[in-house]
Amino acid sequence: MAQVELRNVRKTYPGSAAEVIKGVDVSVGDGEFLVLLGPSGCGKSTLLRMVAGLESISSGDAVIDGKTVNQLEPKDRNIAMVFQNYALYPHMSVFDNMAYGLKVAGLPKAEIAQRVGEAAEMLELTPYLERKPRALSGGQRQRVAMGRAIVRKPAAFLFDEPLSNLDAKLRTSMRMQIKQLQRRLGVTSLYVTHDQVEAMTLADRIMILNQGVVEQIGTPMEVYSQPASLFVAAFIGAPGMNFMDGTVSGGGHAVTLKTGEVLSLGSGAVASAQDGREVTLGIRPEHFALTPEGDGAHLTLTADYIEQLGADTLVHGKFGTGMLVVRVAGERSVAEGDKLALTATPEHLHLFDRESGRRIG
Amino acid sequence: MERRAIFPNKKLPYLLVAPQMAITLVFFFWPAGQAVRQSLYQEDPFGLSVTFAGLANFHRIFADPNYLYSLQVTFIFAIGVTVMTMIPALLLAALIDRVVKGKLVYQTLLIWPYALAPAVAGILWLFMFNPGMGTLAMLIRSTGYNWDPSLNGTQAMLLVMVSAAWKQVSYNFLFFLAGMQAIPKSFIEAAAIDGAGPMRRFWTIIMPLISPTTFFLLVVNMVYAFFDTFGLIHAVTAGGPGKDTETLVLKVYNDGYVNLNMGGSSAQSVVLMVIVISLTIFQFKYVERRVHYS
Amino acid sequence: MIETRQTGRLIAHFLLIVAVIAMGFPLYYTFIASTHTSSEILSPPLSMLPGSNIAGAYGLALTKGASSAGNVSMTLMLWNSLVMALAIAIGKIVISMLSAYAIVFFRFPLRLVCFWMIFITLMLPVEVRIVPTYQVIVSLGLLDTYAGLTVPLMASATATFLFRQFFLTIPDELVEAARLDGAGAMRFFKDILLPLSRTNIAALFVVTFIYGWTQYLWPLLVTTDPAMGTIIVALKKMVNFSDADTPWDAVMATAILALLPPVAVIVGMQKLFVKGLVETEK
Repeated sequence: MAQVELRNVRKTYPGSAAEVIKGVDVSVGDGEFLVLLGPSGCGKSTLLRMVAGLESISSGDAVIDGKTVNQLEPKDRNIAMVFQNYALYPHMSVFDNMAYGLKVAGLPKAEIAQRVGEAAEMLELTPYLERKPRALSGGQRQRVAMGRAIVRKPAAFLFDEPLSNLDAKLRTSMRMQIKQLQRRLGVTSLYVTHDQVEAMTLADRIMILNQGVVEQIGTPMEVYSQPASLFVAAFIGAPGMNFMDGTVSGGGHAVTLKTGEVLSLGSGAVASAQDGREVTLGIRPEHFALTPEGDGAHLTLTADYIEQLGADTLVHGKFGTGMLVVRVAGERSVAEGDKLALTATPEHLHLFDRESGRRIG
Repeated sequence: MERRAIFPNKKLPYLLVAPQMAITLVFFFWPAGQAVRQSLYQEDPFGLSVTFAGLANFHRIFADPNYLYSLQVTFIFAIGVTVMTMIPALLLAALIDRVVKGKLVYQTLLIWPYALAPAVAGILWLFMFNPGMGTLAMLIRSTGYNWDPSLNGTQAMLLVMVSAAWKQVSYNFLFFLAGMQAIPKSFIEAAAIDGAGPMRRFWTIIMPLISPTTFFLLVVNMVYAFFDTFGLIHAVTAGGPGKDTETLVLKVYNDGYVNLNMGGSSAQSVVLMVIVISLTIFQFKYVERRVHYS
Repeated sequence: MIETRQTGRLIAHFLLIVAVIAMGFPLYYTFIASTHTSSEILSPPLSMLPGSNIAGAYGLALTKGASSAGNVSMTLMLWNSLVMALAIAIGKIVISMLSAYAIVFFRFPLRLVCFWMIFITLMLPVEVRIVPTYQVIVSLGLLDTYAGLTVPLMASATATFLFRQFFLTIPDELVEAARLDGAGAMRFFKDILLPLSRTNIAALFVVTFIYGWTQYLWPLLVTTDPAMGTIIVALKKMVNFSDADTPWDAVMATAILALLPPVAVIVGMQKLFVKGLVETEK
């Protein structure tokens, strides 16, 4: 069990001028589950591989259990990694796959057998120990890869998109297993994914990366309800947040949209000096409310395209020059062409600086 | 061609390539360099002194009617062998691709000559066609035809060509077969539904699709005829009668190893190198295409 | 439609059988000859049925050989050929595998130089450098030695490229997993790469064994002592039409002995052979 820390970590590939990791600082607490989330090419895998020792660190430090590991071989970092394609040794049985690292480390046979046995029990792999990986299903292979990590009793688990080769149903159940296992073993974990559902469900904290820069680190609810930037706001949530251009008005208490409507910020008011500042206003589809016609409604949406998901219904419609998506209860019937009067609860409005994209207030 | 995951060792790789590099340098690069060097020098008949001769050795060999004749012999031989190899091999591959039963048995019985050394292949044919004891030679002579490859250059050429081709058919057959089996069945079926008969399908679908294999084999057979058949010709005719089957490699061997004419044989070696290099480059340019195809 | 297809198939079978007979006839002829006496062989036409001299012919070949080939027994020649073929096959595989491993799994300054040097050997077959190579062998004192017969033929660009091609298909993650498991470069080679290369090694072994066995020019160059020759060179020396005493029965038997081992290898390991042959050319 250990802390994993990154201190101003940077990465530049030899022969290329561009930095792919631009100074990442994060401290992962003992037993914490940190998910590295971001679109492909954002540097999340590179970062994980730098912790593992599979990529060199151009500058800054990786610290595991209080020890700077920059110069250590992967095997000496006391970590275990689960790969996207599992990377099982195709010519070895399940048992040998899990035992290989222990054998290399020179552990006594009896202890190897005991550790592999325990891990197999935990992962329900006991009946398959003699099989070769090709005789296993995708889910079983994934569990062997997990088992290989567990038997080493490492200070930290590193997961590199471990579920992305599985079908949707299996992914959901494996997600649960990973979470339960991690709780039970209490091992510090770093988990890379581009799937926000995985991130939200697994993480104690999520770190969102964009082009080598940390956009935000926070609990799943924090990144959802207090996105630190336009990028985070757009990346988290499905369907994505609606954005509208506007200007701060009313002494910091309201936003005037380009289309003329004025939305009160309520308790989210900003300083009066901000009046006139160009902002982007964000509202999640689920944070609109339908109001009866004429009841001081602030926005009027013309329904254009309806997606009925059962529990709720997504209404896509024209607003001003753009489009908005609104989530309404499933039982509410909406037809194309309907005009909907919408209000947005003030505490669910998000303001971002138009220039920098950072959150205001 | 690059991989991401590598090992960080700095000295180990040198240790790993060392054996191959040592052999390559000592037995390939050094002699090749020597050949080039010697081709530019002239040695007196007693081997006492050498003088720089520039391109004189090359001028000499290309002015030498014997060399030009050998060049001609080599090309006739190479073209003959290539044609006599590829046509039967293609036919056999097409036939075996059509049958369902006994494929493996046929294949086995067709490819075993690959295991023969060219010299042995030639000797087997010599046994049959030698006028002194060959039963087949006797059959030919009984028709009144004067068959004696030890005296008649054309007959000698025919004998080495046929035996060289006979051995090489197996190799060509395997590659044609592999090429045909790589063609998706759906192409053939689509053509059949379009009403194309077997012959038409062969010419309009199969042949164009295996053309990369055909080009590849063309080069391989040229290399085979130029270089690998040394043993065969050496064993069957030793270049004779006269110089009627003396190919370039045989001539280098005779001039340099047997008659110890260093400058001349080195110049011939250099010409041969140029031929191999051209063929190899041609083949590799073409192999690129093969990769795209599959 | 079905009718024509069946007729087509019958024709195909018929033509294939004709081809099989045509391909096999020279072998059959020689085998039949090897069962007859020398005088029977010298008075054609030869009966197309086996004779009764099989023990005499093979016995003579295996014990005494022929005077034109230095009166060495073919047992010794078979042994030399076997040593040569095995040493070349094993040596080639070991050497090419190691260098392919270095080129694929490491980064070192001379990596590309090594790669191109190996590539260029493709363009320098023995046939184009006969005399200077002979001179090297002489100056190293390797004439009439097993080392001289085998070592120079162990460097192989095609085998190196085959391994390189195969190594490139090994997923990066497998290497990384091994590194995380604590395996160093040599351990990875032994525990993971070697077992995964098994089929490729076997296929290459078949092809290189045949390559080694069928060498002709090379043993001709580097051996002068008849006792160091290979069976193929010995066979060529035995085929002597100018000597009335040539024991043709023993010559025929030697021809069969010279071709039997590699033919047996191809027939017995056909699958591996085809794989080895077709893949080295990719």
